Amino acid sequence: MAQRKSLNVNGKAVQITIDDPEMPLLYALRDNLGLHGPRFGCGLAQCGACTVHVDGNAVRSCSAPLSTITSQQKIVTLEGLGTPQKPHPVQRAFIEEQAVQCGYCINGVIMESAAFLAANRKPSEAQVKEALANNLCRCGTHARIVKAVMRAAQT
Amino acid sequence: MNIEITRREILKSGGALVVSFSLAGTLDQALAQGAKPVALTEVDSFLAIDPKGMVTVYSGKVDLGTGVATALPQIVAEELDVPLTAIRLVQGDTALTPDQGTTWGSLSIQLGGMQLRNAAATARGALLDEGAKRLNAKKGDLKVVDGVITAGNRRVSYGELIGNKSFNLKLDHTKPAASKDPKDYKIVGKPVSRVDIPPKVFGQFTYMQDFRVPGMLHGRVVRPPAFGANLESIDESSIKGIAGVVKVVRQGNFLAVVAESEWSAIKAARQLKISWSKAETLPDPARLWEHVRQSKVTKDEVTSNVGNTSEALGKDGANLVKATYDFAIHTHGSIGPSCAIAEFKDGKLTSWSASQATHSLRKQLATMFAMPPENVRCIYIEGSGCYGRNGHEDAAADAALLAKALGRPVRVQWMREDEHGWDPKGPPTLIDLRAALDEEGNVQAWESEFFVPLQTPGGFNVPLIAATLGGMPADDHIAPGNIFQNSAIPYKFANIKTQLHRLENTPFRPSWIRTPGRMQNTYANECFMDELAAAASADPVEFRLKYLDPADKRGIEVLSRVAALAKWEKRPSGKADQSGDVVKGRGVAYCKYELVRTYIAAVADVEVKRSTGDIRVTKFYLAHDCGQIINQDGLKNQLDGNIIQTISRTLLEELKFNRSMVTSLDWESYPILRFPDIPEIVYDLIDRPNEKPWGAGEPSAAVVPCAISNAVFDALGTRMRSVPFTPDKVREAMKHAA
Repeated sequence: MAQRKSLNVNGKAVQITIDDPEMPLLYALRDNLGLHGPRFGCGLAQCGACTVHVDGNAVRSCSAPLSTITSQQKIVTLEGLGTPQKPHPVQRAFIEEQAVQCGYCINGVIMESAAFLAANRKPSEAQVKEALANNLCRCGTHARIVKAVMRAAQT
Repeated sequence: MNIEITRREILKSGGALVVSFSLAGTLDQALAQGAKPVALTEVDSFLAIDPKGMVTVYSGKVDLGTGVATALPQIVAEELDVPLTAIRLVQGDTALTPDQGTTWGSLSIQLGGMQLRNAAATARGALLDEGAKRLNAKKGDLKVVDGVITAGNRRVSYGELIGNKSFNLKLDHTKPAASKDPKDYKIVGKPVSRVDIPPKVFGQFTYMQDFRVPGMLHGRVVRPPAFGANLESIDESSIKGIAGVVKVVRQGNFLAVVAESEWSAIKAARQLKISWSKAETLPDPARLWEHVRQSKVTKDEVTSNVGNTSEALGKDGANLVKATYDFAIHTHGSIGPSCAIAEFKDGKLTSWSASQATHSLRKQLATMFAMPPENVRCIYIEGSGCYGRNGHEDAAADAALLAKALGRPVRVQWMREDEHGWDPKGPPTLIDLRAALDEEGNVQAWESEFFVPLQTPGGFNVPLIAATLGGMPADDHIAPGNIFQNSAIPYKFANIKTQLHRLENTPFRPSWIRTPGRMQNTYANECFMDELAAAASADPVEFRLKYLDPADKRGIEVLSRVAALAKWEKRPSGKADQSGDVVKGRGVAYCKYELVRTYIAAVADVEVKRSTGDIRVTKFYLAHDCGQIINQDGLKNQLDGNIIQTISRTLLEELKFNRSMVTSLDWESYPILRFPDIPEIVYDLIDRPNEKPWGAGEPSAAVVPCAISNAVFDALGTRMRSVPFTPDKVREAMKHAA
């Protein structure tokens, strides 16, 4: 049964029409709102490709039913984190370090790192690696990603 | 085909050569008539320049997340003397790009790039000829900056000379046109930033998984729970309550649900009640290697034969060394499951996918639907990294079958269990090795036998799942790739025999995964070489150098340089004074890729925790010679990938299954390396601007498993002869060593 759902995404109040309130947030962002940042990887909260911020916390959107998200909660996707004109320090650092291969995991890695750095100002390299332990990258971009996050941490 | 010669353009441009530029009409006309040339022998197949000087490059080789969407334009921009920003790249579209072969085998630069370089050099030569006439100057006196030809203060741009007209020039890739002297390079060899990274970092990139077409429906496949199971019945009432379900599509054992929304399709595919027959077609996983050894051999393939090994191995007093190595079945493990969209319209099929081989896929889809290939257009859109032939082509077949059944465009994305369960696998590899040493520790003979599936001669079409399940015309190729490569060795021994026992079949549908065969074969060869060095009480680096062809200077250099890079300490491996729970070791490995190209040598430093059997690669040194380097930074990025991904494969990865099906269907059951476990990596990149550029996307992966195994031996005195080197296997091996 079609119903309306209000969300706050990237600073804007939006309304979407859904059939199932238990639909994960990921599909609302990708299919209803046409966003490309959050990505489907496993649907099991194992890989992190779907990560978004909900009130500043890194959340696996593939496993967050819409019913658990209120219109008051602030959802931020990779598109809302920063733009080419006004990049987030983590985004800028990823470009500077060229820390992307295929880039399919990069959304999750950046969103996880941005949330981590917001709470941990001067992390060690080991802490950054631990923070990303549940984000999977298959291309083997890890070393550059860690360098990029460390660079962002210093800005 | 009816292409008009535009007389006005001929008159306007004046020179004779420009007449030939115009012969085939404008590019827009050609495209409108479906006549964009795609032959490998035409400049127009590769390049077009518009009136503003924007260059469109048509590449059959595609960027799989490797950076060639930057490196290939670098090559063309350099050769044409245009800025990189003046280049637009079209990749892997069967209607527009030449068939340069599958994007595999580390050949995008080496082969694809050199064809582009030839096209660009040929185009530049013709543009300069024409420019000389137009400017009334000698060709040798012309200068080109940013696509503008000048002679003194007279100038004419490429755009003015050719603007959208055809070059109508032939190419012979066996006799490439003279290209620029590398000493004049301004773009090639520079660490140019990748063009795709900013959009990927800002969420502005359109992956295949993001691509949409109007009127599109969403499909999800429902695969059998066992390979070979038959679909007995479906209870469609089980999904009645789900909004937006359009159709349940069944064809033979192919089953899928199509819905208006993606979530409805997922829910319906999960909820649909189906009855399947039981099937147990797989071998007992506990006896996989017996199964491989006992599989029917269709032919023996000798890949090198020098002297007489049986005589040398049978000699009295010879010190015989024997070992058996095995390498597990691996999955590609793309982070984004395979995805495709298809549309049937007016008897023609358009397929959008992240296929690394759109030109082959076109033929496969044409076979599947019994239609002429001309009526199939396959368009590449970059997806999640594939590392070989994963499920992208299968998703394309799924989407095509559904689009035909629905009469509307259908998008199919696999779920995680589809990707882990149904992508084709890197086959299990079993290798027996024997060698004889004399009393002084000199190698007298080397013999190896590789138990590997056959590769259908010339047949690299991995059968499409939808065609097979749906009982539609399917390719019957067995296609693990060119896995014979690097079974022969780079060392000069008096007696050598290396042979492959080609098995009639292998438990899972095989395909190539990064460094196919070369990785498994080099692993066995380089570990065994280390065993011989240990048997001879020799330093493993010196031992290798002793047997390398003295004329192969680049091989000797790469091995010597990695030893210098790692501050290699000369001694036999197998440290005597190890104590404590965590022990350290280092191992070396060397490879000349396919024995004809890229040279690689590596040193791995490891720590092994004896109480648990955990191996940790702490530092990895790599010396790499791929000839001319197009983009240093892009190269390093690829090498990081080779090293880290292969450490993952070596230490952790192994397909799990029972008699019916793959059971490692997610990341918990098929773990890969995580951030806390990556090593520090140190490079010595040898750039040779005056040599040919060779591939780099795979070769360095070949030396990773062997360097690690050799390092573990150094630490523990125990050989790891079975990939992956899991803690259980390490502890087991330690028991036998003690």
